[in-house]
Amino acid sequence: MKLLGAQILLKGLEKQGVKIIFGYPGGSVIPIFDELYKAKKPKFILVRHEQGATHMADGYARATGDVGVVLVTSGPGATNTVTGIATAYADSIPMIIITGQVATNLIGNDAFQEADICGITRPIVKHNFLVKKISDLPMIIEKAFFIARTGRPGPVLIDLPVDVSKAEMEFENFPEKIEIKGYQTRPKVILRQVEEAVKMIKNSKKPLLYAGGGIIISGASAEFTALARTLKIPVATTLMGLGCFPETDKLSLGMLGMHGTKPANFAIQNCDLLISVGARFDDRVTGKIGEFAPYAKIIHIDIDPSSISKNVKVDIDVVGDAKEIIKELLKAAEPLNIPNWLRKVSGWKKQYPLNYDREKNIIKPQFVIEAIDRLKGDNAIITTEVGQHQMFAAQYLTHAHPRNFLSSGGLGTMGFGFPAAIGAQSAFPDKLVIDIAGDGSFKMNIQELETCVIYGLPVKVIILNNGYLGMVRQWQEMFFGKRYSATNLQPDGVGEIFDFVKIAEGYGVKGFRVSEKCLLEKTLKEAFAHQGPVVVDVRTEREENVFPMIPPGKAVHEMVG
Amino acid sequence: MENKKRIFAVLVENHFGVLSNVSNLFSARGFNIHSLTVGTTDNPDISRITIVVAEEDEQTLDQIEKQLNKLIDVIKVVNLSGQDEVIAEHVMAKIKINEKNRSDVIQLINIYKARIDYVNTETIMVSMVGNSKKIDSFIELMGHYGLKEVVRSGAIAMSRTVDVVPE
Repeated sequence: MKLLGAQILLKGLEKQGVKIIFGYPGGSVIPIFDELYKAKKPKFILVRHEQGATHMADGYARATGDVGVVLVTSGPGATNTVTGIATAYADSIPMIIITGQVATNLIGNDAFQEADICGITRPIVKHNFLVKKISDLPMIIEKAFFIARTGRPGPVLIDLPVDVSKAEMEFENFPEKIEIKGYQTRPKVILRQVEEAVKMIKNSKKPLLYAGGGIIISGASAEFTALARTLKIPVATTLMGLGCFPETDKLSLGMLGMHGTKPANFAIQNCDLLISVGARFDDRVTGKIGEFAPYAKIIHIDIDPSSISKNVKVDIDVVGDAKEIIKELLKAAEPLNIPNWLRKVSGWKKQYPLNYDREKNIIKPQFVIEAIDRLKGDNAIITTEVGQHQMFAAQYLTHAHPRNFLSSGGLGTMGFGFPAAIGAQSAFPDKLVIDIAGDGSFKMNIQELETCVIYGLPVKVIILNNGYLGMVRQWQEMFFGKRYSATNLQPDGVGEIFDFVKIAEGYGVKGFRVSEKCLLEKTLKEAFAHQGPVVVDVRTEREENVFPMIPPGKAVHEMVG
Repeated sequence: MENKKRIFAVLVENHFGVLSNVSNLFSARGFNIHSLTVGTTDNPDISRITIVVAEEDEQTLDQIEKQLNKLIDVIKVVNLSGQDEVIAEHVMAKIKINEKNRSDVIQLINIYKARIDYVNTETIMVSMVGNSKKIDSFIELMGHYGLKEVVRSGAIAMSRTVDVVPE
């Protein structure tokens, strides 16, 4: 059967189980959009900025575990995806980004809307492909998806020149076998390493489980929870790992690291064995590396060998898939006899709970998070932007299920949360999806309000509005003598100009504003019940700080607050 | 090879952009490349890149190997340093001469077993193969007479005992 490149692409996406594509058209992808129009599937969501498309595909992928797909044009369309791709790369999210490209004979000629997107994205993709001829296309599609979703997942870019989309070839089937010599999807678990780890665990007196996003990627939350409970070892999670272990459990210490809880951080600094599963010893967690976990032997379980001993030297490494390895550990797992340690840890929990001034008659951001936690129900998906509100959300929500908390951890991209929520909502139309936003962040992709309305995606945006770029302001307060350089969004002499409610209504979206503590719960209830997208402008205390905090360059135990 | 340098043999799929991937990796992570050379192997689909890195910290070298292995188009990475390796490098140079020192220079060139490719009243152009130490000392010596131009190919290496082949 003779098929066009564009038709082969769509057939390929269908074969890979793609249900939704997020994107924006342009000259070099018109042939593809033409075929989309005729085929009527997969579903296409037209965004208002290509960056929005990438974060939507990202949110979709984080919520479902499936690959998120983006389709944009060449030149500026492609370059607008760079931030979103880097965001996905930093958090190991499976994504396929299809960029149009100028015709093959024009590549390298500074043609109209030409950009070397393969060159530009090289450091921030797992791999990229330039489709030079149509006969390469079927294999490239197979390989791209394979690479994106296997091993440590990540974004893969396919650069598709317009003449290849328009070319024709005789096509029967996609290739059955993919061979990529240099790529190993699942390193074979070395059982001897597992045995060593089991021995070390059995001999420990003060063990701690350090759980990261890898557990969620591996779909291993249930197994990990069983392991922690069987061994009776306390659990601290990273930002990316929140939800892999229910925080209602006695063993849960909450989040660790720069804005982690005191019990979690004390546990790190006092444990004699640190068992890291699916985490990468990021600088937000370790603080001053030389003084991190000073008394602990370290077991590192990870699918990516390059993460092992990258920052912190470990004693035992077990390379492989988290679920597979945890299952092996479960075979030999027995409850440890460590009552003193458990008592000490629960003592810290009692002595150092997270707290804020609950008396003051002004809406504190933590108060809003607690209200959202109470009112959201058990199955809601929460996304966040980046900054203080993100940290409060990580601290004050009760994380109990994986894939319900979607936050840009590695890159820390402002403007991520709202489109990510839209992506998640498109995967789960019946769930309550909430974007917890800062007023700075929400303005970065506010244009996607239109997308919500057009596609009937009833995302609820709760803005913790303090009129500042809060996190930077906090650092300026703590370390730069309160010199609020470029962080006051309501500068003296100008004050507040922006009206979130008016702007929302301009987009056809319901807007709420609330500034009194006693009215917050009622407003949130109304917002969550509203059939349609909602923006809630919550006026909070202007200057509030996130504590505890490990100041930059300090060791974990030098927490303040 | 001085203490600070290590030599890696990297087998890669002969795909568009693979060299870019490798060099990008080094610059992005701040690893120091001393020399890099690439050519095809007996299999035209597989190329071999030989990289000499100016790093000696074990953790850094470990990371270099692991990060290279992560690249999709990289098939195999072998650290050849200390693996009973033979290192060879090609150098070409133009040496400044005059009537008085020409015979001396030619004598030295012959001692080093370099080949003379061109000579006139002011210049001798030579080419030589050797290990890095030999080349370093030759260039230093010729430097006393005056060097007009020097090009080095970068080292290639092979281990007597370990085979660097795709599985």
